[in-house]
Amino acid sequence: MSIIVDKINYIYEIGTGFERQALKDVSCVIEKNEFIGLIGHTGSGKSTFIQHLNGLIRATSGNIFYEGQDIYDKDYDMRKLRSKVGLVFQYPEHQLFETDIFKDVCFGPKNLGLSKMDTELRAFEALRLVGLDENLYYQSPFDLSGGQKRRVAIAGVLAMKPDVLILDEPTAGLDPKGREEILGCVQHLREETGITVILVSHSMEDVARYVNRIMVMNDGILMYDDTPANVFAHYKELEQIGLAAPNVTYIMNDMKKAGWNVDTSVLTVEQARDSILSCIDQNVYRK
Amino acid sequence: MLRDITIGQYYQTESVIHRLDPRVKLMGTLVFIISLFLGRSVWLYLGVTAFLAVIIKLSNVPLKFIVKGLKSVMILVIFSAIFNLFLTDGQPLVHIWKLTITKEGTILAIFMVIRLLYLIMGSSLMTLTTTPNHLTDGLEKGLGFLKVFKVPVHEIAMMMSIALRFIPILIEETDKIMKAQMARGANFEKGNLIQRAKAMIPVLVPLFISAFRRANELAMAMEARCYHGSEGRTKMKPLKYTKTDYIAYLLLALYLVILIVIRIFL
Repeated sequence: MSIIVDKINYIYEIGTGFERQALKDVSCVIEKNEFIGLIGHTGSGKSTFIQHLNGLIRATSGNIFYEGQDIYDKDYDMRKLRSKVGLVFQYPEHQLFETDIFKDVCFGPKNLGLSKMDTELRAFEALRLVGLDENLYYQSPFDLSGGQKRRVAIAGVLAMKPDVLILDEPTAGLDPKGREEILGCVQHLREETGITVILVSHSMEDVARYVNRIMVMNDGILMYDDTPANVFAHYKELEQIGLAAPNVTYIMNDMKKAGWNVDTSVLTVEQARDSILSCIDQNVYRK
Repeated sequence: MLRDITIGQYYQTESVIHRLDPRVKLMGTLVFIISLFLGRSVWLYLGVTAFLAVIIKLSNVPLKFIVKGLKSVMILVIFSAIFNLFLTDGQPLVHIWKLTITKEGTILAIFMVIRLLYLIMGSSLMTLTTTPNHLTDGLEKGLGFLKVFKVPVHEIAMMMSIALRFIPILIEETDKIMKAQMARGANFEKGNLIQRAKAMIPVLVPLFISAFRRANELAMAMEARCYHGSEGRTKMKPLKYTKTDYIAYLLLALYLVILIVIRIFL
């Protein structure tokens, strides 16, 4: 097991009169090698939730265990946890500060107290993993395109060799090409290293294509936690909380209503195509 | 961690004070400050205390919230108290080593502490009950007469309101960048002064970049809406005095007169 979250509650600005409960009794288990999509509306508590996982925010009540150890124990090494649970914030390119890309990626491993050689080795490896062109390594991070900057920032977290990688809206504000770059890079990363990934997003299409488990948060509550097909079966409820299932889910459900015997649990356009074609074949065959 | 700063913050609630014209509140703050420095008699301070208490009560801002804002200036208050306590000449009360506490010093220290605390409470009460936009509107209108002397009142007011508006944004931004760097193993608590100052570089560089980016974006957005300064510019909600405002002015004048009378006769 990897991370166990046990009934955490979090209240913002406690005792000021502006109190807001951001998380309500959230519990879940995150296993190794999972690829989880965390979705929810703005203000649903998803950003607050992921900051609990690496100890940046301390829960008002409840417990979190990483590899069987209570992270709120007095002598627990929070900085070690942060290197094991890597968190990439929204717009991570805003945290770049060094004069060249390579130095910036070195910042994380250097903070872990590694030797110069190990630090640079890890930085090279991380930059290779995100697929950045080697010619760019010694350029200023501020000369890059949006998608490239973001990959550098992700490399900055990867260089700490985390076991779990959390990405908060990694595709926000990017054009379609940049989005493909980032998501492709994450997919590639998983194949190569087997890292656990939690992808925070509100694009159902992005999430449906890649993940094997979806958590839906609404108003601080973990509403669904299931396989994508099972979660999207609730597409009417998802709509009520301002979210939506992928477009194929709607098409397939409409076709089913119209009398076609298609599979409504498909997740991608390709799967939908196959399901529709086989359904047509069957009909033709019967005639 | 940075959210604890309450100076200049607005407290959202409904009250007579909140609804007052910002010009009245500015004038009120001025009168209050003057009244604090009228003298050092106990009667005078009783009057000031009563006035402050009534305003706080009327403003619907919890006293706890105002007191919380005092924490950040406590060091200043304590220092001035200590200096007054030990460095005033007069009738000696206690000797500690080479230092002497005098009767005059004690009295002075007490008044100084009260004066400072009231000063901060009074002025923070104004910002707590007035939105930054209202405040700068009030300043712009209240100081409008300076235009005669070629002072760019509108531009100064606009700069002020932008600066005020940016404070919470930059605080939030700092918080976010600090967290992002902490997620990369940065440590802001460890080490000596130089190490700590160095640890701030990964926060300050991105913060400056983002401040410039935001300023650029804002300038662009303002130009896109044809903003060109005060010339011929009208307001959606022009400030207008109501009956309550006139009554408030009257009460303020009355307060000042009473205190001056106390000062002269008691």
